[in-house]
Amino acid sequence: MTVRFVVNDDPVELTVPGARRLLDVLREELGLTGTKEGCGEGECGACTVLLDGEVVDACLVPISQVDGHTVQTVEGLAARRPSVDRPAAPDDLNQLQWAFLETGGAQCGICTPGMLMAGQAFLASGAPATDAAIREAIAGNLCRCTGYTKIIEAIALAATRRDQAESLGPTSDHAGRP
Amino acid sequence: MPVGRTAPAPPAPGTVLPDTPTPGPAPGRGPLRREGPAKLTGTALYTDDLVFPGAWHGATIRSTEARARLLAIELDPAFDWSKVVVVTAGDIPGPNIVNSIQDDQPILATDEIRHHAEPIVLVAAPDRALLRQAVGQVIVRTEPLAPVLDPLASDRVFVHYEIETGDLAAGFAEATLVIEGEYRVGHQEQLYIENNAMIAVPRADGGVAVHGSLQCPYYVHNALKRSLLLTDEQAQVVQAETGGGFGGKEEYPSILALHAALLARACGRPVRMIYDRHEDIAATTKRHPAVVRYRSGVAADGRLVAQDIEIVMDAGAYCTLSPVVLSRGTLHAGGPYACPNVRIRSRAVATNTPPNGAFRGFGAPQTEFAAEMQVNRIAEALGESPLDLRRRWLYRPGDTTPTGQVLRESVAAEEVLERAAEAAEFERVRARTAGDRAQRGPDARSAHGIGLALAWHGAGFTGSGEVHLASVASVELTADGRLVILIGSTEMGQGTKTIFPQLVADALGVPMDDVEFAPQDTALVPDSGPTVASRTAMVVGGLVIEACRRLRAVVEERSGGPFADTYRADAGTHGATRIDQHFRPYPGVDFDDTTYRGDAYPAFGWASAVAEVDVDLDTGEVAVRSVVAADDVGRVIHPVLAEGQVEGGTLQAVGYATIEEIKLHDGRYLNDRLATYLIPTALDAPRISTILVEAPFSGAPHGAKGIGELPMDVGAPAVVAAIHDATGVWIHDLPASPERILAAMDTLVRR
Repeated sequence: MTVRFVVNDDPVELTVPGARRLLDVLREELGLTGTKEGCGEGECGACTVLLDGEVVDACLVPISQVDGHTVQTVEGLAARRPSVDRPAAPDDLNQLQWAFLETGGAQCGICTPGMLMAGQAFLASGAPATDAAIREAIAGNLCRCTGYTKIIEAIALAATRRDQAESLGPTSDHAGRP
Repeated sequence: MPVGRTAPAPPAPGTVLPDTPTPGPAPGRGPLRREGPAKLTGTALYTDDLVFPGAWHGATIRSTEARARLLAIELDPAFDWSKVVVVTAGDIPGPNIVNSIQDDQPILATDEIRHHAEPIVLVAAPDRALLRQAVGQVIVRTEPLAPVLDPLASDRVFVHYEIETGDLAAGFAEATLVIEGEYRVGHQEQLYIENNAMIAVPRADGGVAVHGSLQCPYYVHNALKRSLLLTDEQAQVVQAETGGGFGGKEEYPSILALHAALLARACGRPVRMIYDRHEDIAATTKRHPAVVRYRSGVAADGRLVAQDIEIVMDAGAYCTLSPVVLSRGTLHAGGPYACPNVRIRSRAVATNTPPNGAFRGFGAPQTEFAAEMQVNRIAEALGESPLDLRRRWLYRPGDTTPTGQVLRESVAAEEVLERAAEAAEFERVRARTAGDRAQRGPDARSAHGIGLALAWHGAGFTGSGEVHLASVASVELTADGRLVILIGSTEMGQGTKTIFPQLVADALGVPMDDVEFAPQDTALVPDSGPTVASRTAMVVGGLVIEACRRLRAVVEERSGGPFADTYRADAGTHGATRIDQHFRPYPGVDFDDTTYRGDAYPAFGWASAVAEVDVDLDTGEVAVRSVVAADDVGRVIHPVLAEGQVEGGTLQAVGYATIEEIKLHDGRYLNDRLATYLIPTALDAPRISTILVEAPFSGAPHGAKGIGELPMDVGAPAVVAAIHDATGVWIHDLPASPERILAAMDTLVRR
């Protein structure tokens, strides 16, 4: 089938079997390999992306369900997108990515894209960033390196900065940076 | 100076934040992770992210029996085999052996199948659909044989050790209290979130390059050279970004690289072998299960006077690294406690189960769990606080270990214990839980408990291992004036790519951003030994610092000025200068591998943990609420990364203690999926507070010892002690599952 959707602000049109997983379309058709596969059955959350702003496991979503919708992946988070010629640098990052870098929320990095998307959805929800609320928000994302400690710290830090920025007035850009 | 846990100061309320976050680390927290931006933007390339045009996909056909005679491999003649390639043992140019300690594991099974999921046939095809079809048309004919599944019933011993010191009989004769115990621990899966993955690419010179997720490029390099009959240059191993290892990518990638390389040679194209989670759990190595028996004697004055310890580890079907896993388990089995009369006998035996291998801690978590259980049970029998008992018994400088090693320096058992106990307010909380327990009525629904553990962990390879490794680490000032670190040590999340530039910048007096880290490619970097055994910061870090000192001296001698100001001009004048630093034995460290006497490790790291749990008295479920971890790492190089190691290791230990369990049926792992093999989520994870302690090791120029494995040794015994504090029952077998806790509580009530 032909599907049309938006990925990270870019419109996409593709002809693919409707049952093909969103994960495979992102990684293999669109070259967006930032989204990772850890289990292929919705248990680990490594393939977490946002579908119309909602957290989904891209391994469980057939592409037919994406037709007409909007997908955001880790590649869409950075304030300035890296390229082959210009590797990622700290000042490319959005506020949440920056908080991960600062606190040590990424170690091996394989769960990081999914964690960031779950964290981004949590920040966008505007919910108070209590320890319990953050843990709940990332409960579907497994990490084996960090013990979650610094991931939770990173999301809390980004939320604190978000709240401070909000109290200063409406100057957010698309990536949620103040 | 000990570095405590200090969070970066948040901006003061009302601070106007800059439009972009200020690049730069928080003060005192260490530099930013070097490859962090790539990982955070999704641009870091893991194996499955690499694109090789025209690559085929490979698959492994595996045994579905624990033990069988392999009679025939048949290809269904109705299928068009011209479009795919099939590889069996007969296609291997060299020895059908996965290079390791013993030559017992075949790359592909031939006569006898020895474990479930053993590789038998390889297939590659241009696309996944055709690959699936082809795999379905391969018929493996076998005749079942009776498997050996119980390690205690196995008469095939891969390796055994015996350590004896003092006079055991005299020790027990002096004892007025003797405590015996048998403890069992099961398999644990490393569960890196990136599965094992390898891509093999044929080289024009007849060799092969493999790009994969791996810890030890030169292990894979040796395996390829040996079985494919390749030269050093023809075999090329390149580490891709690696999504966690924890030991699970120490030795396993060798067989996977061999499989991918054999298929790539057969089809003349790149071949991708990317395991899915099911295959990864079913086929790859786990932590060794063990049965550990103790008999401990305590004299009337409270001294530990005798320990008789027997260890049986289940190696699985092939030897892999079992001799060194068992060795480390044996050497640590006495725990960090002085005892004059000790006997430790151990063996690793074969069973018809998938081979076990390296996993963070490497044999020590198994035996130190048992050792700590003994100490806690003795404290209970003596009516003494488990903290006070450890204070009396723990190793102090000058004490002698069961191998006769005198602990001359860098002994921090007391400091980690005191700091963890103080931060967790162990005695105050313990008094409260004791009061709660005394007043608890029959209608109580939950119970709170606190538990303590102490451990030691030998830094670097065991015994003369580092001497045999003969590691080389290099630093080069290139002809165009760049500074490059050349080591085979890999980044897998722990921070290698950050701390090495840090160490070099410090040693050369240059900005860290001016120091490059060469890719982990055997064509470019020397063999600095495997990235295992918490050895990288200590051993390879030490070599790199020494190389820098020599480079600095050479350049400053020539230029007459400070290195930082003169090295670029020096490169212009003199061209490239490369220093290869070879490992030299640590002075005064001597171990006899045959008698097991001497200095088993150049130094030990020390760890303590205090855990608090809530136990649901109806369901037996355990919630681990908090862990305070104090770990002595010699010298902290990077506080954020070091804390990250402690936090991650602690949670793996909490999982080991409470929920992680492999169920076997007829030698097959039953729960070989993430839906059934559970690891802790953010909701299961305790609050973890880290205290980093520094008792420097004088043999390393920077004093660092190692950190990765320390927290794995103490988490499980601390949690199980807390469960006991809450419920009054001792759980001797890991994990302390709800079923085991309820059964033990039932027994307690009936008694």
